[in-house]
Amino acid sequence: MSTDLNLPTLRTGTESVPAADGPQTAKEFTSDQEVRWCPGCGDYAVLKAVQSFLPGLGLRRENIVFVSGIGCSSRFPYYLDTYGMHSIHGRAPSIATGIATAREDLSVWVVTGDGDALSIGGNHLIHALRRNVNMTILLFNNRIYGLTKGQYSPTSEVGKITKSTPVGSLDHPFNPVSLALGAEGSFVARTIDSDRKHLTGVLEAAAAHRGTSFVEIYQNCPIFNDGAFDAIKDNDTKEHAIIPLVHGEPITFGSRDATTGMGDKALVRSAGGGVEVAETGAVSPDQLLVHDAHNPDPSTAFAISRLTDAGYLNRSPIGIFRQVERPTYDDLARAQVSDARAKVEGSGPERLTQLLNAGDTWSVG
Amino acid sequence: MSQTKQVKQLDRVIIRFAGDSGDGMQLTGDRFTQESAVFGNDLVTLPNFPAEIRAPQGTLPGVSSFQVHFADHDILTAGDRPDVLVAMNPAALKANVGDLPKGAAIIVDSHDFTKRNLDKAGYDVNPLDLLGDANDPLGDFQVHPVDLTGMTVEAVKEFGLSRKDAARAKNMFALGLLSWMYGRPTESTTTFLENKFKKAPDIRDANITAFKAGWNYGETTETFVVRYEVKPATLPTGTYRNITGNLALSYGLIAAGVRSGLPVFLGSYPITPASDILHELSKHKAFGVTTLQAEDEIAGIGAAIGASFAGSLGVTTTSGPGIALKSEAIGLAVMTELPLLVIDVQRGGPSTGLPTKTEQADLLQAMYGRNGEAPVPIVAPQSPGDCFAAAVEAARIAITYRTPVMLLSDGYLANGSEPWLIPDIDDLPAIDPDFATALNHVSKKAAAAQEDGSAAEPDEFWPYLRDEETLARPWAIPGTPGLEHRIGGLEKGDGHGNIAYDPANHDFMVRIRQAKVQAIAKSLPPLEVDDPSGEAKVLVIGWGSTYGPIGAACRRVRRAGYQVAQTHLRHLNPFPDDLGDILKRYDRVLVPEMNLGQLSKMLRAEYLVDAIGYNHVRGLPLKAAELAEAIGQLVGEAEGVDVDLGEHGLNPPADHEEAPLS
Repeated sequence: MSTDLNLPTLRTGTESVPAADGPQTAKEFTSDQEVRWCPGCGDYAVLKAVQSFLPGLGLRRENIVFVSGIGCSSRFPYYLDTYGMHSIHGRAPSIATGIATAREDLSVWVVTGDGDALSIGGNHLIHALRRNVNMTILLFNNRIYGLTKGQYSPTSEVGKITKSTPVGSLDHPFNPVSLALGAEGSFVARTIDSDRKHLTGVLEAAAAHRGTSFVEIYQNCPIFNDGAFDAIKDNDTKEHAIIPLVHGEPITFGSRDATTGMGDKALVRSAGGGVEVAETGAVSPDQLLVHDAHNPDPSTAFAISRLTDAGYLNRSPIGIFRQVERPTYDDLARAQVSDARAKVEGSGPERLTQLLNAGDTWSVG
Repeated sequence: MSQTKQVKQLDRVIIRFAGDSGDGMQLTGDRFTQESAVFGNDLVTLPNFPAEIRAPQGTLPGVSSFQVHFADHDILTAGDRPDVLVAMNPAALKANVGDLPKGAAIIVDSHDFTKRNLDKAGYDVNPLDLLGDANDPLGDFQVHPVDLTGMTVEAVKEFGLSRKDAARAKNMFALGLLSWMYGRPTESTTTFLENKFKKAPDIRDANITAFKAGWNYGETTETFVVRYEVKPATLPTGTYRNITGNLALSYGLIAAGVRSGLPVFLGSYPITPASDILHELSKHKAFGVTTLQAEDEIAGIGAAIGASFAGSLGVTTTSGPGIALKSEAIGLAVMTELPLLVIDVQRGGPSTGLPTKTEQADLLQAMYGRNGEAPVPIVAPQSPGDCFAAAVEAARIAITYRTPVMLLSDGYLANGSEPWLIPDIDDLPAIDPDFATALNHVSKKAAAAQEDGSAAEPDEFWPYLRDEETLARPWAIPGTPGLEHRIGGLEKGDGHGNIAYDPANHDFMVRIRQAKVQAIAKSLPPLEVDDPSGEAKVLVIGWGSTYGPIGAACRRVRRAGYQVAQTHLRHLNPFPDDLGDILKRYDRVLVPEMNLGQLSKMLRAEYLVDAIGYNHVRGLPLKAAELAEAIGQLVGEAEGVDVDLGEHGLNPPADHEEAPLS
């Protein structure tokens, strides 16, 4: 039996969070704790980007909460002077769900890694996405277990030689974007730790989205998986490795044409209903796939996500794959409570007395 | 043909309704209970049903039963052995006849004693065919075969239901018959049926008609010549309602929210026998209650912890297997020192165990089932109605001391019911969340800046600075300006709460977390010991739902002329401060439990007392008569006398619970 859920009007992700009194600085968002990641870790770049980006949100600092699980990236909340919880392995999305549902006036962020989110916490991740709880999940994907000193992760390529797989790992990796799309994600994006501009742009869009925003951040681990993303970071190769996704624009990459700005490779519909790479010059302009992040049907976004290399990363689509509006769990849950409250009269103690005395009662004496 | 029926006075009766899982026995028992409650009897109930929703029809595993004990005085248990068995089919008869005392009455639906059903129940011969024979297997009992199904179908034929639907009203026919037999008021059942089947007038009318037909059958038949009367009980003055443990517990959680002014947030995953708390709380959003049916047990507690961090009263409900899954998260709540209620409605274990049966074997899990030194206060209700007060008490501790609290209910308390004296809201303890709103610490820098040596104003927030009396840390919720802080599972530095690995700090923090839980004992009232003569040498101590059977057993022993003392623990961690002295006052200490000796182990460890276990793990409440014999034996040893409880022990005819000595 379905019922009219009386859906609230869709709003931006931070609309119900109180605004700051005035301009804020990155320094205000920086805690007094010494940052303890390894030298050269990609996490530093993301931390700097987030600390610089948060003031621009214009939200009261005390209304921002960062929640993390376990792993290198999960130390993140300690370094931000907001409210924060460094929780237990894999469970951050569930804790953040409680926070976001209990409090409309908070901007809730989850910082997690490929092991935390996709291995031990896979269940919570997919259910957060399905419920569309208003929060932003930053998944730092370094394709390795760092904090436990170098075992393969659920995003490591097959055959990975690690401490726990001396003759090569056997399990097929997850593609985090494909997974998030399959889990009904309403905002799914991918960006790179070292591309500050792109990273910040994606964070801004993620924060503005009302619902679960899922952002995969490729992040280099210089100790246990150095160079995993060299192809998409190296100036000589990145043009050919990154498939940039910009809403409303044809998806092309490779060597750029000086006049059109188009790459020499493009995405086109494949005969099988999916998406494939073609030579831009070999297809007519109307065959070029124009990126539509707002398409209610996630099929094309999923097809694009499949162009990510499962092995060593020589090619990957980067950008916002999907951004669609869908009612959030927390808004609906709060609406049910406020609707119920609006229908009753009397104080809490009065109504409790009525509740306890309801039904068949009898008096003695 | 109406005839004059004899009316016989009784002081107490135990009836067990038994049938197939689909026969509606729980509903039938529940209605009879409600009628008895409205009539004013004291009562205790024991529902007993299989884990399967519809076990194969007509088989022994599919038998579902509901036992109700009602009396004209205060009673403590659902009774060891039923005076009356209502058996809707051969399997119900076979599964339950062994529990009956000699002379018990059995009413069977003769219609269901078909070859097929007899085969399924494992009867080679129809026992009803042997009634009165020399080899009558039911010769010890008064058996009344009644064609309940046939008469029901006949009574409701005007409503044009299918034969199957018509026959389904047979439980109401049986209820009507029993209601007549014990002079129960019928209005509440009629009203109940009108509401329940509001949308299906045919079914509603058929059930009401069957109910009335059962009553009229009792009135007119020659099969039953005696009616019984059990007068209302004299109970403390006030307004009462009948209540199950799960309902009382749900109301207690709502009351805790009202008393503390906090929104209640329940994160839960469905599990027998705890799910009804989730169902109930989901109906009470108007009290500001949010319920989240999580993707798993861990997410349930995770969301509750998140909600607590955000300033709600976080609650998670489950049973033993769920506690196992939540253990790591409970440890996080210990470390982050956030208020949290973890409710374990215990069931038979280990593993999946006996999902629908009761047990008390999660005490050590609640006490020790986490990595590291992770002390958690433990509270246990002693009766269905007491689940209300226990929930409020658990919330008081959780909020006052900023700690997860385990509440150990069990399957018997959850589904069993009793009359409950409805409390006055104003009499419940006040609970003050006392959120932190101000900076609480003077930094070295600020202190040094005071050149005149005067005290500086606090310029920092230290999330682990403790209240001197309770040792609780401040609860600063997001949205509070200036108190931004980070907590987590890593060890905290004393006071400032930053990550700290140094050995002395860890040793200190482990001890302070333990000391905080221990400090709760200072807020507890003295333990009540029931020792009427003050001369008992044997103390019986229990916890949780064994309160009823232990109390009933002690009454038996006293009736037989012996002395015994009883006390019952609401708080399992910390123990009340006076418990050690009380234990030392007695020569012998007996600890009856539905486990292999978990409280007795804790008492031995804590007080070096020779606590003697009395342990049954049958998935059912302890039997008072058996326990009385065990107590009697111990009294004999302690006092150097031969103890014979006579009719107050296992010997017939007293299979009844004893009234208290006045």
